[in-house]
Amino acid sequence: MKSSNNKKHLLTGNEAAAEAAILAGCRHYYGYPITPQNELINHMSIRMPQVGGTFLQAESEIAAIYMAYGGAAAGARVMTSSSGPGISLMQEGISYLAGSELPCVIVNVQRGGPGLGDISPSQADYFQAVKGGGHGDYHNIVLAPASAQEIADLVYDAFDLADRYRNPVMILGDAQLGQMMEPVEFRKTPRTHQTVKRWALTGAEGRARNIVKSFYPVKGELETFNIRLQRKYRAVEQEEVRYEEVNTQGAEIILVAYGTCARICKEAIRRASGTGLQIGLLRPITLWPFPKEPLRRLAKKARAFCVVEMSAGQMVEDVRLAVLDRCPVHFYGRMGGGVPSSREILKKVLNILAPEGTLELEIPEIPTELGKGLYFSTIP
Amino acid sequence: MQALYSAPETLIRTPSHYCPGCGHGIAHRLLAEIIDELGIRGKTIGLAPVGCSVLAYNYLDIDMCEAAHGRPPAIATGIKRVHPDNIVFTYQGDGDLAAIGMAEIVHAASRAENITVIFINNAIYGMTNGQLAPTTLLNQRTTTTPEGRDPLTHGYPIRICELLATLEGASFLARTSLSSPKDVSQTKEALKKGFKTQIEKKGFSLIEVLSPCPVYWRMSPVESLKFIEEKMTQTFPLGVFKDWEKTVSAPGGQATKV
Amino acid sequence: MTEKIILIGYGGQGMMLFGRLLARATMLDGKQVTFFPSYGTEVRGGAACYHLIVSTEEIYSPVVEEADTIIAMNQPSYLKLKNYLKPSSLLFLNSSLVKEVESLNEITTYRIPATEIANELGNVVASNMVMMGAYNTIKNLVPLPLFLECLQSSLRGRKAPLLEVNTLALLRGEEYVKKTYLKGERIFKTSAV
Repeated sequence: MKSSNNKKHLLTGNEAAAEAAILAGCRHYYGYPITPQNELINHMSIRMPQVGGTFLQAESEIAAIYMAYGGAAAGARVMTSSSGPGISLMQEGISYLAGSELPCVIVNVQRGGPGLGDISPSQADYFQAVKGGGHGDYHNIVLAPASAQEIADLVYDAFDLADRYRNPVMILGDAQLGQMMEPVEFRKTPRTHQTVKRWALTGAEGRARNIVKSFYPVKGELETFNIRLQRKYRAVEQEEVRYEEVNTQGAEIILVAYGTCARICKEAIRRASGTGLQIGLLRPITLWPFPKEPLRRLAKKARAFCVVEMSAGQMVEDVRLAVLDRCPVHFYGRMGGGVPSSREILKKVLNILAPEGTLELEIPEIPTELGKGLYFSTIP
Repeated sequence: MQALYSAPETLIRTPSHYCPGCGHGIAHRLLAEIIDELGIRGKTIGLAPVGCSVLAYNYLDIDMCEAAHGRPPAIATGIKRVHPDNIVFTYQGDGDLAAIGMAEIVHAASRAENITVIFINNAIYGMTNGQLAPTTLLNQRTTTTPEGRDPLTHGYPIRICELLATLEGASFLARTSLSSPKDVSQTKEALKKGFKTQIEKKGFSLIEVLSPCPVYWRMSPVESLKFIEEKMTQTFPLGVFKDWEKTVSAPGGQATKV
Repeated sequence: MTEKIILIGYGGQGMMLFGRLLARATMLDGKQVTFFPSYGTEVRGGAACYHLIVSTEEIYSPVVEEADTIIAMNQPSYLKLKNYLKPSSLLFLNSSLVKEVESLNEITTYRIPATEIANELGNVVASNMVMMGAYNTIKNLVPLPLFLECLQSSLRGRKAPLLEVNTLALLRGEEYVKKTYLKGERIFKTSAV
């Protein structure tokens, strides 16, 4: 595939992630096969040799994350990818990456769980991605794309963020986003820049030695280090929050959803246009840092929130923490590979607005002519 | 007056945290001497494991990386693939390499990963107070085998050199000991050969070093050296198991005396 | 314009290629497109279902809830397709393999013996292109030359020998649907057959 031109390519989200990583300067990829992210590892196995990079199929996800750790420690842009069970195996390594302050991009193409689960789309790894996942006080920066194009765009940004903050960055997708084909246009000149990594292991020739570690056995050292880490996280929270708002002006009810669910929520809003229902959407693009402030702002005006997830209710906890008791927060979720339909979401909205069934409203068919009167704004 | 002997430059002058009679200090020094002699201090990157030698980076004045338990070969792979002309070694104990890190070491060897592994085998978990290791001898008492290692319960000791000798990717495999001055100098030769293997890009090298742990063997330092010579070498025979220069290959596990 | 299509068939019946070609051709034609599979665990032989949406506007949900068109290649897929029907759906059945067991009155249905036609052409795998020829003749989603161009670029190298039979299949599908259903531009409703 010719990569760095302006033409549109029909790619799966997995392939878009791989190609964008290469364009962002990633030359070291380590992975292990698992559905539904196999298009990513397959694409890397073809493309990395073409660009003089390293593709290595590791013996396990544990080895893969530590190979990535080694590459990151050596100063390179590195990526690994997996899905639920494999990401669970990587958690120790992700904690070490955060503890050693190493930049690394990790793609999680979420599938249904717990356990072996299934290979259908899911958003049930939210807690694992956003709250830490591994041991210790740390955060991943978590980006939640909603299309193949956005996967490509966010993978560029992920490498920059990882380098800038010396922190693991997770792209949290799902089986649908990973395997769905959409047109993707890659940036002609990647705007990614590689920072000088003076801390990297290159051999101590002509300079004091570098040590990459997360071990602080001397009493007090570890707490000092943790305080520094937390300061870094506060800076990330200040600088890097991203979200999209749809139809929130004057909305009675605000849907909150990311990734695949956010797109289905947009469909629900489109379905409801013309019915008089005022529905808005807030789509977090960064799941950590979480867009708390915009939610608080919207809580002053909206009658209620409804969080839609492919989980038993994980992000809804962060929405509730953000708005506290300023506004009721409802939840609609599907689990274990179930994907909510726009019809189900609208039913839930009606149920929230008129719990006693006083509001009778037929759910309209999706109109063939689309896109009437929605307004969008993405906060970068 | 001419100085005939001095501490190697790569060795950092700092008080040791190792117990009296421990073999790690000797191994560290040998490593530092070799790095000096080969003139590779500025391009060597070392990996410290989890175990007693977790703080190895306190003693060696080179770029170093701490690794999660068992994962040094995977991390070394990642580093070496970025810097193929640097010299990358891992320094691992028996729990790190032969228990939790067994998959990583076997696959690094099978890939002929061009790294050098220093495998300190003292048949015990020292850092966590003397529990059973995969290399603990039969009937040997540890805190988790208080009646001695019974193969019916805890299985048999694992011979890493013999195991890896079956892999085509392993280029140099040797087992030495630190139990006498002669053995120490043979260990140094083997370590040097391991680094030479890597410098000449001949693939994977591993040197297994039988090393004393008098504290958790509950012996005096002198007794512990005797234990290596009389007991440990029975289970773990010394020798070269694979040598790319001499086409020594012993897949059946027979060591060749050097 | 928005066209939401459900493709169902056995794994190996070429629905993946069908969808990818249509998606690529419509993309090159300047439209928005989403295409995704929801497989079973089987690679060959299982009933695979694909959601394809083509639109002149931004596509929000890529999940087809009510299909404008359903293309069903085998019996199990015929039994599944009811989930996606709406009164205005168009239904394309591979009548070589689908035995209709219940009446779907009021649904405009095209019965194409795709497997038989492909067999006549000497390659049963081309049944997908027979369906494509029939479908595109009715819906006119992609100009035929553009489609042939996409077919050519996807059947290169090792697969080049397959180009001829696939092109033929496409034309035979077009021919069949024109002969059977488009006499004087008249479309037969199921109830009228």
